[in-house]
Amino acid sequence: MNRSTSSPTTEPRWLRRLLIGAALAFIAFFLLLPLAAVFVEALRHGLDAYLNALREPDALAALKLTLLVAGIAVPLNLVFGVSAAWLISKHDFRGKALLVTLIDLPFSVSPVVSGLVYVLVFGAQGWFGPWLIEHDIRIIFAVPGLVLATVFVTFPFVARELIPLMQEQGRDDELAALTLGASGFQTFLRVTLPNIRFGLLYGVLLCNARAIGEFGAVSVVSGHIRGLTNTLPLHVEILYNEYDFVSAFAVATLLAMLALLTLGLKALLEWRHGHQLAARARH
Amino acid sequence: MQIRIQHLEKHYGRYAALRGVDLDIRSGELIALLGPSGSGKTTLLRAIAGLETVDGGRIRFGDRDATTLSVQERRVGFVFQHYALFRHMRVLDNVAFGLDCRPRRDRPARAEIERRALDLLTRVQLADLRDRLPDQLSGGQRQRVALARAMAIDPTVLLLDEPFGALDAKVRVELRRWLREIHDATGYTTVFVTHDQDEALELADRVVVMNAGRIEQIGTPDEIYTQPATPFVFDFVGRSNRLRGRIDQGRFRPDGQTRSWALPEPLADGPAQLFVRPHDLRLDARDDGLDAVVHQVRRRADRHVLSVQVAGQDTPFDLDLPVHADAEVPAPGARLQVGATRYRVFATA
Repeated sequence: MNRSTSSPTTEPRWLRRLLIGAALAFIAFFLLLPLAAVFVEALRHGLDAYLNALREPDALAALKLTLLVAGIAVPLNLVFGVSAAWLISKHDFRGKALLVTLIDLPFSVSPVVSGLVYVLVFGAQGWFGPWLIEHDIRIIFAVPGLVLATVFVTFPFVARELIPLMQEQGRDDELAALTLGASGFQTFLRVTLPNIRFGLLYGVLLCNARAIGEFGAVSVVSGHIRGLTNTLPLHVEILYNEYDFVSAFAVATLLAMLALLTLGLKALLEWRHGHQLAARARH
Repeated sequence: MQIRIQHLEKHYGRYAALRGVDLDIRSGELIALLGPSGSGKTTLLRAIAGLETVDGGRIRFGDRDATTLSVQERRVGFVFQHYALFRHMRVLDNVAFGLDCRPRRDRPARAEIERRALDLLTRVQLADLRDRLPDQLSGGQRQRVALARAMAIDPTVLLLDEPFGALDAKVRVELRRWLREIHDATGYTTVFVTHDQDEALELADRVVVMNAGRIEQIGTPDEIYTQPATPFVFDFVGRSNRLRGRIDQGRFRPDGQTRSWALPEPLADGPAQLFVRPHDLRLDARDDGLDAVVHQVRRRADRHVLSVQVAGQDTPFDLDLPVHADAEVPAPGARLQVGATRYRVFATA
């Protein structure tokens, strides 16, 4: 009998301490240690070496390209995601279950396979390869290929965030707007969109984080041309393979900081507007 | 506005939600659609609003055929069970929404829109809460805002789908009376759906009882209660008891009984059932009483309810006994003769 255990429904103190300790150790070892290692390695030869590594033209080009790809892919998926979620949650049609399954496809397929598919379709030896070469259109080993692969991989984020949220909200708000004389477009703009704004922001945030960090699919279609088709994650890998550890970790800190920023914004959203997020109910 | 519904049909796949519904709603009338779930009452309401397409029949608003008009063109004021207020808009903006959405040439000036919205909020006694968000209101307040919002477009007809269904009992009764007052003051033709018979009987000018996609009876609350047209209405509205038996030479004889009762109206010989309300049964029967045994006695605030087993019938009867200080209440097991002052007999199909 442990007298210090006040409530009959809690575990004994030694067990609680053991479980909490184990959880903390796990988090420290698997999450905090690697994060710290990135920054320690990046600053191993001092701040100047770190900043020089970031100022290097190929690194800057990789940063620009990453932002460009995310800057195209995220707005596209915002539009696709909202359309798909609106269609699925507010309408009934044949093949709806199939569409819902297809939206999850990018999550279930290995990113490398996704990349390969685009190479097979648009590559020099692919289905449209000869036609594309004839018309001098470059998709694979060029920016359009990177965008395509990123759009595919990050497609589910916005839609999956919005579908449960919109399903839970139901159709009554929209129907009410219609009976009051609003057109379909007015209803979407003034009722549907405001109802999902925080969920949408959340989905875009996750989508953006993945678009910036995507490696597998992008790696296949990129061709790793320095200064041209290297995104940040690919650039990190190249530097690492060349034993340029300081530069590799320096560039990696950029990705780590982007990730921390995303986490921070995500936590802020959940804290301030949690009741308007579907994710909160799911997690 | 007068509304005429002619032979309306609606199917969901193989399931028929409306099977040839005919209904005339007079201008300025307050009508209740009453029925169990799945009876088609909500489908009918949504069909009038244009929120459901129909597979056959016509809907006329006054002289105008509204069957193929869009929701917007019908200009109905629709109130949803769960209010469907726009949660990101202030109460005042919710009410103003219908006017705000009009195309520019029909839209009043901003100040005029706000003035009208505020008038309506005053009418539903919520002008003080104009700057609140829907989240900050109680259920009853939200439903009042929803009604004000629906009235803001000067609707051809007000349609309310289980308007009090999500409210607690006390608020329900208050809002019920309040809706009647609003209706009498504004004169809008109003149709509301309910599965609560008290609500329908207390509030409506006429009650439409629906079952399995058909209208069973249309009538004033008194007619519906005292002269139910079908066994379904007798059973669904108010409390009732049923006796199985046969009509033989113009009299009804319950199964397992030797005595028979006169028919209130002539019916052909054959199997039949008799319906009677618990307060129309009595124990001081003369020579036509049915043999019965007291099964159980339940005390209510204003009466005793006797559950009696009539010989030859499969389910016990409920019988109301007024509470008198000196009256003797039969004990379980006592043998009685049960008579009736008023009942209806329907031939069994």
